[in-house]
Amino acid sequence: MITMENVCKSYRIAKRNAGLAEACRALFHREYEEIHALKNVSFTIQDGEMVGYIGPNGAGKSSTIKILSGILTPDSGQVTVDGRLLWNSGGERPQGKRLPGRKPLTKQGRCSRIEHVRRIGVVFGQRSQLWWDVPVIDSFELLKDIYSISKPVYRNNLEELTELLNLGELLRTPTRQLSLGQRMRCEIAASLLHSPKILFLDEPTIGLDAVSKLAVRDFVKQLNQKHGTTVILTTHDMQDIEALASRILLIGKGQILMDGTLEDIRHGGENMDETLAELYRTYEI
Amino acid sequence: MKKYLSFFRLRLVTGLQYRTAALAGMVTQFFWGFMEIMVFHAFYKADPSAYPMTMEATAAYVWLQQALLVFFGAWMFEGEILDTINNGNLAYELCRPIRIYDMWFARSVANRMSKAILRCVPILAVAVFLPEGYGLRLPVSLPAFLCFLISLAMGLLVMVALNMLVYGSCLYTISGDGMRILFASLSEFLAGQVIPLPFFPEKVERILELNPWASMGNVPFRIYGGDLAGAAMIRAMILQALWLVILVAAGRLLCAGGEKRAVVQGG
Repeated sequence: MITMENVCKSYRIAKRNAGLAEACRALFHREYEEIHALKNVSFTIQDGEMVGYIGPNGAGKSSTIKILSGILTPDSGQVTVDGRLLWNSGGERPQGKRLPGRKPLTKQGRCSRIEHVRRIGVVFGQRSQLWWDVPVIDSFELLKDIYSISKPVYRNNLEELTELLNLGELLRTPTRQLSLGQRMRCEIAASLLHSPKILFLDEPTIGLDAVSKLAVRDFVKQLNQKHGTTVILTTHDMQDIEALASRILLIGKGQILMDGTLEDIRHGGENMDETLAELYRTYEI
Repeated sequence: MKKYLSFFRLRLVTGLQYRTAALAGMVTQFFWGFMEIMVFHAFYKADPSAYPMTMEATAAYVWLQQALLVFFGAWMFEGEILDTINNGNLAYELCRPIRIYDMWFARSVANRMSKAILRCVPILAVAVFLPEGYGLRLPVSLPAFLCFLISLAMGLLVMVALNMLVYGSCLYTISGDGMRILFASLSEFLAGQVIPLPFFPEKVERILELNPWASMGNVPFRIYGGDLAGAAMIRAMILQALWLVILVAAGRLLCAGGEKRAVVQGG
């Protein structure tokens, strides 16, 4: 189960007008603007759910994913993932169970980043986690050791992922020589080698052709059905949402505006993009 | 431990893909070493009594430095790590169940070692067969050779620990170019890579020997040639260990702070 309670995050952005004179002025006096990326965001996601997290550019989707994956510190608010308290600026003690064998909690009672990321999978569609110059399989072997995946589990997962994502020959190709669609399939496989119970997908279908998109969607659906993996997906592609998400969270200007199903927002015959644009207009985002 | 070995394996595999680079590096370093030795010979002939090291020790110093150039090259940074910080792939690094400092440290050590393995053997093999005074003579004694190996390993770790300070500071400043250039030019001089430290005026040398850069190639290369022995050698090795501890502690603090502060920008 994933819960976010009253999470806030703001960024400070240096701004100036165009031109040399302005640039010189900014050397001495810099204007900052406070951008509130997240304002009191709260939601709960149950195990095994597939949630589409949508909103216009700059709405705070990626910030949410980064906070949930433990790599971005929120300004305030409490975040719990699978009983692991990630951030507790509310100051409360965690109810989370102690993980056996290791020192699980930091001084403030939080679960450490390392203990958390061991149990989740993340795909950032705009970034790459594979080593550029070597064949994909070498990257996989390294991840196997980094996550301390046991041999049989690794072999099983690799076999399954190879079959479902149709990796086959790709594994022996250097990453730099893969097409975007091929690479994305490998990226997704790389994020699932350690069998995480939760998968965060940040724009996994960005820039993919129709065939690759379908392959990715089918795969995510199967993953969810077969292993009960909780999937949180951000995307601008409404067909992704249509194919995958049983529940939709709409975020705009840093706030959760709607929590419902696809049926809630669809009226009659219009296509999905129009539906979404209409929705954005309703909320003035 | 296994994950660190794994970095090493991947690095070695990657390094093996760049055959031409390894060959070119070898040829350059061989000629560079040869030229340097000729220059030192000219000095030696001019006034042997004013010469601070023996010619054999100087030749050994030059050849080891050339063969192990990638061990102590301060200009050599992990482009991958700096890119990671610049382009935001740091997000993925932070998603790994491993400390950033440890991961980058292991990667840097692996990178330098894998490159050195490819390059040092041919250079050393040729240098051993060059005539006396020009070539690399065998180590003075077995204990000295063992001390050389230990000191070499510590020197490599000190070098990487220094590198790590640069990477760590990049977590704060985004662009690491300034730090990198300053660091590279400063350390080449202070480490005795331009000329060995004994060639500096005595007072300057005494101060330079205390700085962390002198704890890199300076110590093992001079142990090998017999220039550094006995109590002076022990002192130098203890200093190496001391710097290593201090630098690693500082780097860890820096990275731990940077990890929390780092904001991966953009979608």
